[in-house]
Amino acid sequence: MDKKQKFTISVYTESHIGVLNRISSIFLKRHINIESLNVSPSEIENINRFTLVVIITETLMKKVIGQLEKQVEIIKAFYHTEDEIIYQETALIKLSPEFLFNEKIQKRLKLRRAHMIVITEDYFVIETTGLKKDIDAFYKKLKPYGLMQFVRSGRIAITRPRMGISDFLNEKYN
Amino acid sequence: MGTLNNKITITGSEAVLKCLLEEDVNLAFGYPGGAIMPIYDELYKYREQLHHILTRHEQGAIHAAQGFARVTGNTGVVFATSGPGATNLVTGIADAQIDSTPLVCITGQVGSNLLGSDAFQETDIITISTPVTKWNYQVTKASEIPEAIAKAFYIAKSGRPGPVLIDITKDAQFEEFDFSYKKCTSVRSYRPIPKIDLEKIKEASVIINNAKKPFIIFGQGVILGTAEEEFKQFIKKTDIPSASTALGLSAIETNHPLNVGMVGMHGNYAPNVLTNECDVLIAIGMRFDDRVTGDLNRYAKQAKIIHFEIDPAEVDKNVKTDIAVIGNVKETLSQIMPFLNKGEHKNWLEEFQKLYKKECDVIINEQLNPTKEGLTMGEVINLINKETKGEAVIVSDVGQNQMFAWRYSNFKRTRSNITSGGLGTMGFGLPAAIGAKTGAPEREVVAILGDGGLQMTIQELGTILQTKAAVKIVVLNNSFLGMVRQWQELFFDKRYASTVMVNPDFVKIAEGYGIAAEKVSNRDNLSDAVKRMIASKESYFLEVTIEKEDNVFPMVSSGSSVSDIRLN
Repeated sequence: MDKKQKFTISVYTESHIGVLNRISSIFLKRHINIESLNVSPSEIENINRFTLVVIITETLMKKVIGQLEKQVEIIKAFYHTEDEIIYQETALIKLSPEFLFNEKIQKRLKLRRAHMIVITEDYFVIETTGLKKDIDAFYKKLKPYGLMQFVRSGRIAITRPRMGISDFLNEKYN
Repeated sequence: MGTLNNKITITGSEAVLKCLLEEDVNLAFGYPGGAIMPIYDELYKYREQLHHILTRHEQGAIHAAQGFARVTGNTGVVFATSGPGATNLVTGIADAQIDSTPLVCITGQVGSNLLGSDAFQETDIITISTPVTKWNYQVTKASEIPEAIAKAFYIAKSGRPGPVLIDITKDAQFEEFDFSYKKCTSVRSYRPIPKIDLEKIKEASVIINNAKKPFIIFGQGVILGTAEEEFKQFIKKTDIPSASTALGLSAIETNHPLNVGMVGMHGNYAPNVLTNECDVLIAIGMRFDDRVTGDLNRYAKQAKIIHFEIDPAEVDKNVKTDIAVIGNVKETLSQIMPFLNKGEHKNWLEEFQKLYKKECDVIINEQLNPTKEGLTMGEVINLINKETKGEAVIVSDVGQNQMFAWRYSNFKRTRSNITSGGLGTMGFGLPAAIGAKTGAPEREVVAILGDGGLQMTIQELGTILQTKAAVKIVVLNNSFLGMVRQWQELFFDKRYASTVMVNPDFVKIAEGYGIAAEKVSNRDNLSDAVKRMIASKESYFLEVTIEKEDNVFPMVSSGSSVSDIRLN
């Protein structure tokens, strides 16, 4: 139980200024690095979902969840192990047009099911979505071509277990 | 006062005052400045309804509000301006957060058009205060004021209380809007009182009923939940020896037959030692602070642990519990009563009494009735007990003076122990005593301070001069930062690095502020001096020269187990 492992945390919050600050300060005060962070609207109107990835022990994870949920503007927080989630990351890569017809790149695109989403005279942009390791590998393959820009998103994850935020909110109103 | 249905057009700053009156606030502490002047202008206009106490420093204002809140149970209100005014509140906010004290702090802020521009007296107090507030909010439009303040009072006081900060830009204070007020009764993302699980209560009752050597540690949760009566019923029925945390002191009277003293680093011998011998440890409204538990790996490992607690985040945070009974202890203690058998633990209680006698022989008797020449802090507290008959509110500062105040004060009434527990804020005592006296003018309020802590907020003598708050101030002067010096003696080979204090003539200073003052250095004069102080109708300043290198014992040294508590 007390071995460090990767957890994906889903935090449902009010969509208010300063919530990110409250969340990050809880990790900061316990000296925990946030490996990845994504903030987006959730399935419920006006409620945001934060998706964070941390590498800590489960004991500590539980304490952090308690301290997150204690925050007034946080509705619920959940943590999940790798096998409890379906997750993806997205990367965008900008390359010079000289490689547009490069066969090796074309092959990589097919294998990775990556898309060319913009093509201009000065550059073209590839989009790919997948697991962290897929994108890491893709990045390595393309790096020799002198990437003009590379950017990747944080992890977003759907959890296999139900989280029941609507139930919680409805219960509170009654 | 209820809800104001008729809308009226007023400024944001007048709205602040109206909101406070709707929340039945008639007293606030603070310090004016540029960015909060419109609100101070309204404080002037509303001065008949809302009394404002001007302290000499914003830190003084917030500690006074804490003292007020702790003695009354009501939410303390503080005003400060932007920038340094706001940052000067931070220590008090952090103190209130860790000690669960309900406060609403209202700070002025630069105009919203200037936000983020490094304007004069601009600081980002929202970011600064985020980790130490229960909730905070920046208002940039007057129309947000009623809802923000209503929420602030609801959040500060509900569930586990704490400090809230509302930062109001200057333009929002000037802006006019249609005012109406509605008290806040719920926030959808916030569940202050968790649902009680009756199954857990039943499970806990079975363990308690079968316990041979049960032991209770109670904390401030009993006081915050106004559960003193329920708690007394609970221990009366179960006959379980009960020890207090520092903040739990005064929840039941010191002389209650089942009160076996205080746990913790400088707590009593018996409850610390027997923590590691009980078979069931029942924690009620306390949070297993490290100063209570010592080494967690050697803390009550033999015992089943039941934790009655309102804040789910405290469960299993430090000590792994067997049964967590989540909820306001007032409710959970009432609900468990029908499931409890009448208990009898006479022999077990005698074990506490035996160890108490040992502590008396080695420490307490000599502290209270010293045979050596130098004056002890314990004998001063003992004389105060005698003169106040245990009816006083004892406000302590931080350090040795505080340990003696906790250990030897005789409390008869709840909410009588006001102290900076979790944060250990030196300088808390004097302003907190002013706030306590203002909140409970009918009660005797005695501040127990050291020469170090006094000088951290000594300027608040000016607040006493101006408000005539009849606070009794006792300075236990050993010309050292005594607690640090004690650690230097015990753990740093007596290298007294920066703990020697060269002090001014405190009596002259107090007299300069118009406060009757005297200094006692001799045992023969002490008793009469304490009598004079308590008899005084006005504030009184008593400096007592204490034995310089006296130590607080017993002591659970840092990293030790509670049962390895040293008697000397």
